[in-house]
Amino acid sequence: MGRLSWAAIPFDVPVVMIAAGSVGLVIFCVLALVTVKGWWPYLWSEWITSVDHKRIGVMYVILALLMLVRGFSDALLMRSQLALAAGHAQGYLPPEHYNQIFSAHGTIMIFFVAMPFVVGLMNFVLPLQLGVRDVAFPVLNSVSFWLTAAGVLLVNMSLVIGEFARTGWLAYPPLSEIAYSPGVGVDYYLWSLQISGLGTLLSGINLTTTILKLRAPGMGYSRMPIFCWTALASNLLIVASFPILTATFAMLLLDRYCDFHFFTNELGGNPMMYINLIWSWGHPEVYILILPAFGVFSEVVATFSGKRLFGRRSMVMATMAICVLSFMVWLHHFFTMGAGADVNGFFGIMTMIIAVPTGVKIFNWLFTLYGGRIRFTVPVYWAIGFMVTFVIGGMTGVLMAIPPADFVLHNSLFLVAHFHNVAIGGVVFGVMAGISYWFPKAFGFTLNERLGKAVFWCWFIGFYLAFMPLYALGLMGATRRMQHYSDTHWQPLMLVALAGAVLILVGIALTGVQLAVSIRDRERHRDLTGDPWNGRTLEWSTPSPPPAWNFSLLPQVGQADEFWAMKQQHGATQERTALRAYGTIHIPRNNPTGFYLAFFAVLLGFSLIWRIWWGAGLGLLGGIAVGLIQAWRTDGEIAVSAEQVAALEGLHGAKEAAV
Amino acid sequence: MSAMEQALAASDAVPLSLRGPAATRVVAGYGFWLFLLSDIVIFAALFAAYAVLSGETAGGPTGAALFDKKHVLIETACLLASSVTCGFGSLAVQSADRSSTYCWMAITFILGASFLSLEVSEFSHMLAIGAGPSRSAFLSAFFTLVGTHGLHVSIGLCWLVVMLLQVATLGFQPMVSRRLFCFGLFWHALDIVWIGVFTIVYLGVH
Amino acid sequence: MGTEIEAQGKSPGANIHTHGTRLSYLIGLGYATVLTFASFWASSTDVIYPHGVPILLGVLAIAQMGVHLVFFLHISSAPDQTNNILALAFGIFVVGLIVFGSMIIMAHLNHSMMPMDRLLQIQR
Repeated sequence: MGRLSWAAIPFDVPVVMIAAGSVGLVIFCVLALVTVKGWWPYLWSEWITSVDHKRIGVMYVILALLMLVRGFSDALLMRSQLALAAGHAQGYLPPEHYNQIFSAHGTIMIFFVAMPFVVGLMNFVLPLQLGVRDVAFPVLNSVSFWLTAAGVLLVNMSLVIGEFARTGWLAYPPLSEIAYSPGVGVDYYLWSLQISGLGTLLSGINLTTTILKLRAPGMGYSRMPIFCWTALASNLLIVASFPILTATFAMLLLDRYCDFHFFTNELGGNPMMYINLIWSWGHPEVYILILPAFGVFSEVVATFSGKRLFGRRSMVMATMAICVLSFMVWLHHFFTMGAGADVNGFFGIMTMIIAVPTGVKIFNWLFTLYGGRIRFTVPVYWAIGFMVTFVIGGMTGVLMAIPPADFVLHNSLFLVAHFHNVAIGGVVFGVMAGISYWFPKAFGFTLNERLGKAVFWCWFIGFYLAFMPLYALGLMGATRRMQHYSDTHWQPLMLVALAGAVLILVGIALTGVQLAVSIRDRERHRDLTGDPWNGRTLEWSTPSPPPAWNFSLLPQVGQADEFWAMKQQHGATQERTALRAYGTIHIPRNNPTGFYLAFFAVLLGFSLIWRIWWGAGLGLLGGIAVGLIQAWRTDGEIAVSAEQVAALEGLHGAKEAAV
Repeated sequence: MSAMEQALAASDAVPLSLRGPAATRVVAGYGFWLFLLSDIVIFAALFAAYAVLSGETAGGPTGAALFDKKHVLIETACLLASSVTCGFGSLAVQSADRSSTYCWMAITFILGASFLSLEVSEFSHMLAIGAGPSRSAFLSAFFTLVGTHGLHVSIGLCWLVVMLLQVATLGFQPMVSRRLFCFGLFWHALDIVWIGVFTIVYLGVH
Repeated sequence: MGTEIEAQGKSPGANIHTHGTRLSYLIGLGYATVLTFASFWASSTDVIYPHGVPILLGVLAIAQMGVHLVFFLHISSAPDQTNNILALAFGIFVVGLIVFGSMIIMAHLNHSMMPMDRLLQIQR
């Protein structure tokens, strides 16, 4: 069995054993419950083998929420360690353990929380906003999701079987080379990200094709919602940047497995090349995350101001400018590596330039709010919280864009505060706004508003408590990834940071409570019209939740904010209950390909990690077999008869009329 | 959509972007085009690594010492010819001509396999004389760049065999034609990458 | 889906309206062969100024890639190919940045920073 043995399980580390034991228990209980209640057929046919973009989007978000708990527990471990480990105290996490924790925290939060959240939202919303039935490649969509889940499984297995990387979330060589990381940690990191990275790339291709080739009749580019524009930019970035990650990780894998010398210390290798390549992926990656969040805010701000978005054209241009510029700034992540003043100067200026289109967006949102009849719902709270918080984070970014300043602040806690500022203030707030905004569309009832606002305040105040001290600490000289510090004057600030983290924990717990309460009260808060917010875009013209085929008749689009125009002209309900001739609709059939491929991907990845060559061969062959079976599948679609369509529309019309 | 609306939509009066969802063939083709561009980005990263590391021979053999230009010229000829025969095969697919398809695609396969065997012989020679990828960063980059291209060619050949089996068992139904069309895109793109490879790697040595 | 129309553009490679496509492949083969031989000749001849050889090779390579794109992949400037051209342009932009950006950055880094093996020797 290759390098795998019983010694791989850390029986002697109580923290890990307890964590693994509790998680194992929870998983066992859930599986037992599902089995006892007989839910397996439902789960298999309605969710696991679903190729419906709405179901896949929801599964992405659920995956992300689960991984948020894992990533956040890592954060709490780090914050509590740092609150304790001042001066002579050593805290409770030894360095080799602490190093795995911060590496896992970063890897999980970026790849398995932020990315699935964003991809999940785009998956759910895009076809609905574009006025079409599904994404371009529904089966591929399912494959993408399950490959991401495979990556999640591998990363979580590393907690119990073996170890995780100790290299930080980007695994710089030479530390990540086999000579200095001979264990399986880096291999877990590399293989799980290669597998989920493939899923992400396929998703990028899928969604880009959907936006460019599948839109309702009449929906030209200028009539497309802004969320679709930001999603287009984000997915273009995925298609163009993720291959760099794949290639760079492949080179590191070749170094580790086959004694190649891309990034080794000897025989001509150049570790700086890895850093250069990985950041030419890494910078577009952060824009991949933030652009859809910007799109969410555009939708939310316009809807709840009751006004058209201000400066639509400049928004689109700013979005595409960010898309292009995001490829021209990557060196700012390694100003201190020594490229010299000329190169540093160029990239410093480009970094400052890229702040300009974002500024344009902020002003457009503000001008949209100004003069509008603002409804202060939970999504609007997140939007306003975002505008304040993200601007601060952006400004500290521009500060560090000045190379001499960066020489002082690189890899300090100031940097850590900056990127959490933009990631939480931008991506997390955006995702939370998007979830509360589109939840009623997905599930047919609204979330509890009061609890939603409580969640917001916990995150908002918690964030400032947790990260503002880090700016100060960074300026005082505290570095990142440190397990212990000797200056006890820093401890009070570390304690404040811990308090902030605990407050965010309360917020996360309240999210769970909010879900439970909302489900309990769902009948009282049913969304019967499909349009709980008086929305402007096409997704609100469908029932909540929409039928599998989304639109019984593809809308004919005449302008931007088409649904708003429809409502002004002749009332949405009339549109639907008027006599319309429905035809047969073909929708894709469920398909287990994605799930089976992911199974073999896990087998392949795990075997490669542990050098179990026969297992790897089996995984590869199994994957190929699944692909071949899919290639010969000819019954890919189900026909939904016109009567079935009319029946659902009639039902929905009756519910609406009753409101 | 009524017949009249369709006709109106199909006329040049309506811009392309307003005509509604595209046909499956267009969608599949565009998606595959994007996939090819992403593949080209992988090669870009490998080219970049090669460009940066090509001088790092660590006292070992250099490109000038190892590369045989005649060998490369023959490889290039094989691949270029296979692109043309693949094109003829695509035309046969469009006219749903089974025997022509088999004929031209078989020739494409043979030419592709010849390319591969020439490349494998070059690699095994280099390994035999101790100029393998572990010898230096330059050789690591060389083997990875050229080897990745070769791996793509191998996968292409396997895919071609599968496609010919699909033609034999399923005929020229739309799904099969679409996939053969994507194969054609793939095969031509590999030849484009090879132009970069032979220019930068083999002809770039002085 | 039987009532679909050829909406929203052609896939790349699908421009069947170019006359006599068998001919287009043969023309492409002709151009590509000439350009290939030109490249091989340029790299081994003494006739050309040595520092100009890489540039000539680059031009020939780009020309041949263009031949492939036009004659084998049937990329054109027709309006139904716009999406394909835009995607290609974005791809070329990214490829250029990665390759030339990396070369420039790594050249600067290698100039300023000590090689790793020397660094390790000092540390011992």
